[in-house]
Amino acid sequence: MWRNLKRLAVAILALSVLVAPALAQEEIFIPMLVYRTGPYAPNGIPAANGFRDYLRLLNARDGGINGVKITWEECETQYNTKLGVECYEKLKNKGPKGAALVNPYSTGITYQLIPRAPIDKVPIHSMGYGQTAAADGRVFAWAFNFPTTYWSQASAFIKYVGEQEGGMDKLKGKRIALVYHNSPYGKEPIPTLTVLAEQYGYDLQLLAVDHPGQEQKATWLQIRRYRPHWVFMWGWGVMNQVAIKEAAAIRYPMDRFIGVWWSGSESDVVPAGKDAIGYKAGNFHGVGTDFDVHRDILKYVYNGNLAEAKANNFGEVLYNRGLVNAMYDTEAIRTAMRKYGNRAVGGEEVRWGFENLHLTEDYLKQIGFGGFVRPIKITCEDHEGNGPVFIQQWTGETWKQVSDWITPMREVVRPMIEKAALEYAKENNITPRNCAAEQ
Amino acid sequence: MEVLNSLLVGPLRDIVSAPVFFAEVVVGGLMAGVMYSMVALGFVLIFKASEVFNFAQGAMVLFAALTLVGFMERGVPVGLALLAAAAVMVALAVAIERVMLRPLVNQPPLTLLMATIGLTFFLEGFGQLLWGSNVKELDVGIPDRTFDVGGMLLNQFDLVAAAVAAVMVALLAVLAQKTTLGRALRAVADDHEAAMAVGVPLKTIWVTVWSAAGIVALVAGIMWGAKSGVQFSLSLIALKALPVLILGGPHLDSGRHRRRSHHRRGGKNRRSLLGAAGRGGHRELVRLRAGDGLSAI
Repeated sequence: MWRNLKRLAVAILALSVLVAPALAQEEIFIPMLVYRTGPYAPNGIPAANGFRDYLRLLNARDGGINGVKITWEECETQYNTKLGVECYEKLKNKGPKGAALVNPYSTGITYQLIPRAPIDKVPIHSMGYGQTAAADGRVFAWAFNFPTTYWSQASAFIKYVGEQEGGMDKLKGKRIALVYHNSPYGKEPIPTLTVLAEQYGYDLQLLAVDHPGQEQKATWLQIRRYRPHWVFMWGWGVMNQVAIKEAAAIRYPMDRFIGVWWSGSESDVVPAGKDAIGYKAGNFHGVGTDFDVHRDILKYVYNGNLAEAKANNFGEVLYNRGLVNAMYDTEAIRTAMRKYGNRAVGGEEVRWGFENLHLTEDYLKQIGFGGFVRPIKITCEDHEGNGPVFIQQWTGETWKQVSDWITPMREVVRPMIEKAALEYAKENNITPRNCAAEQ
Repeated sequence: MEVLNSLLVGPLRDIVSAPVFFAEVVVGGLMAGVMYSMVALGFVLIFKASEVFNFAQGAMVLFAALTLVGFMERGVPVGLALLAAAAVMVALAVAIERVMLRPLVNQPPLTLLMATIGLTFFLEGFGQLLWGSNVKELDVGIPDRTFDVGGMLLNQFDLVAAAVAAVMVALLAVLAQKTTLGRALRAVADDHEAAMAVGVPLKTIWVTVWSAAGIVALVAGIMWGAKSGVQFSLSLIALKALPVLILGGPHLDSGRHRRRSHHRRGGKNRRSLLGAAGRGGHRELVRLRAGDGLSAI
C-alpha cells in the first residue's frame, strides 16, 4: 500500500514536471499594474475590472488569443510611482516568455518605465496618458500611447470650443482657464494650449491645484474674478469632484466646463450630486453597455448576472476604458501572432504587433467593438494613431455623447511631438530610427 | 524695484481696486481654515492627553466617514447611522487603549508617535476592506446653496461648517478649562506616571480622549465627506491641517497656562513625581490631589 502510494506520488510529480512547462509555454502573461486602494482607488477599480473582464472573456469565449490562454497577475501600485516601478520589476520576467507588455496606468510610472523598456524588451502601452512625445515611434520604439494623446485632446477641445462659439475666428479675445493637477500629467496640455492661444488669439490662464486637490477655494475665486468663457480641467481623483462643487458654488455654467478624459467618469460626478449636471468631458470610446462586447461579457463572464456585473462597475466610463485598453493590447498580441505563429509571444514580438496594429471598422465589428471605438492604424513613425475624441455630458444619471467625433489638429500637434521627441533623443543619446529602411 | 513693487504696492493696489474680491478672498480663506480646524481639533485632544502627535487622525476621519456612509447605504436612517458611527468610534477608542496605548504607558512620545503611524495603516486598510474603496456620496441634509452678500458669494455649507467648528471649539475649550476631566487631561499630558500616582485613572482618560477625538473625526468626516465625497483622500487632509495646528498651537487652554506648561515641560522627562510636586510645577496634580472628585471620571 505504502509502496503504491509512493509510486503514485512519483508518477504525479513526473507528469507535472513534464506537462507544466508544456502548458506554460502556451500561455501569454500580462502584468496588471492596478490601484484598488489609496486616494485614486475610485478611478483605479473600474479600469482594472474592465481590463480583467476582457481577458476573462477571451479565455472563456475563445480559449484565449487564437487559442493561446492568457494569464495575468495584479500588483497594487496605489498610483504611486515608486510602487509602480517595483511592481513592474516584480512582474516583468513572469510567464514563460516574460511580460508580453505593460500598461503603467500612471503618467509618472510611464516616465520611469520608458528608459527601461528597450533594455527589458517589454513594450509600454500608456493609452491616452504618459509622455506625449512617445507618439513619435522613431525615438520611442518601445512606447505606444494610442489612440490619442493629451496634446491631441487639448487641440480637439479648442476645436470644439471654436465650433460652439461659431467659428475658430471667434476665439480671438476669449478667455480660457486651465485648472490642472500640479503634476507631470496635469501639465501635459499646457504647451499645446499655449501654442494655440498664440495662433487663435484667446487668453489662457493656468491654475495649478496641488495633490490631492481637496481645497480649491482660492483657485475658483480666481476663476470668478477672471470670468473665463471656458474652463478646461486636467484633474484626477478627488480634485475632479471638488472642482465641480466649487464651480457650482461660484455659479459657473457647467456646460462651459470641460474635463480631460480622466476627469469624466461616474466617480467624478456622482459625489458632486446635482451640481454636476451639465458638466462635460472628453472621451475616446463609447459610453454605456449597448455594445456587442458587453453582451458577451455579461454572458460569458457573469453568466447573465447583471447585478454582479454592475457590482464590478460594468458599463461605467472607466470600466469601458479598461475594456478598450485590453482589446488594443490583445489585438497587438494577435497581430504579432500573424507573423510569429499562434503561440505565446514575447515582448519583442508584441512590440512588432503594436507597431503593425490596424483595426478597421469591419474588424472592430467582428470583435464586438463596432461603434465603440474608432478604427486605428499604428505605424513605425506614429505610435498615437491620431484617434479622434468626442465630448460627453453628464445628465445627472448617465454620460451622453453630445458632439461628433472631433479630429485633433494634427498639423499643430505632430510637429510639436516630433520636436519634443528629437529633444528627448538628443538628451538621451538615442539615434532616431529610419522607418522607411525598416520596412 | 520691480520685485518690491509686486510684493508691496501691487497687492495694496489690488485691494483698493477690488475691495469686494479682497473681502471674498479673506472670507474664503477663513472658511477653508474652519474646515481644517475641525481636523486639527482631533490632534489637539490627543496631544492634550499624551503630548503625542496622533498621526492617525486623518485615518480616523476617513474611517468614521466610511462607517457612517456604510450604515446609511444599508438603509439605516441618518440619525441612527450617526449614533452607530459614534458608537463604533468609541469602541475603536477602547480597542486602541487596550491594544496600543496600555502597553506603551511611560514610553517616550516618539514611541507613541510610531504607534499612531501603525494605527494609520491599520485604519486605512481596515476601513477600505470593510466598506470598500469606491467614492461614496454623503448627504446628511446640510444646505449647500450660494447667496449674494454685497457682491460676495457665500455658501450655506461653509457657514454651517463654521458654526459647527465654533461649537466644537467652545465645547472642547470648556471641557479643558472648566471640568475635572480637563484638568485630568492636563495632568496626564504633563506626566503619565505622576498622574497615575495621584489617582488619575489613566486608562479611562485615554479612552475618553480617544473617544472624543473619534467623535471629532466623525464630525470632520461628515463635513469633508459632504463636500468632496467619502473616499480615501479624506485621510490626507490631516496633513494639510497641520499648519492650522501649528498656527493655533496644540493646546486648548489659555496662553497663561500654555506659557506655564511650556516652562514646566523643560525638564519633564527627568522629573520625578516628588520633584515635580516639590517645585510646585504640577499645579493640576496638586489640585486633583486636593479632592476634585476624580474617581467619578
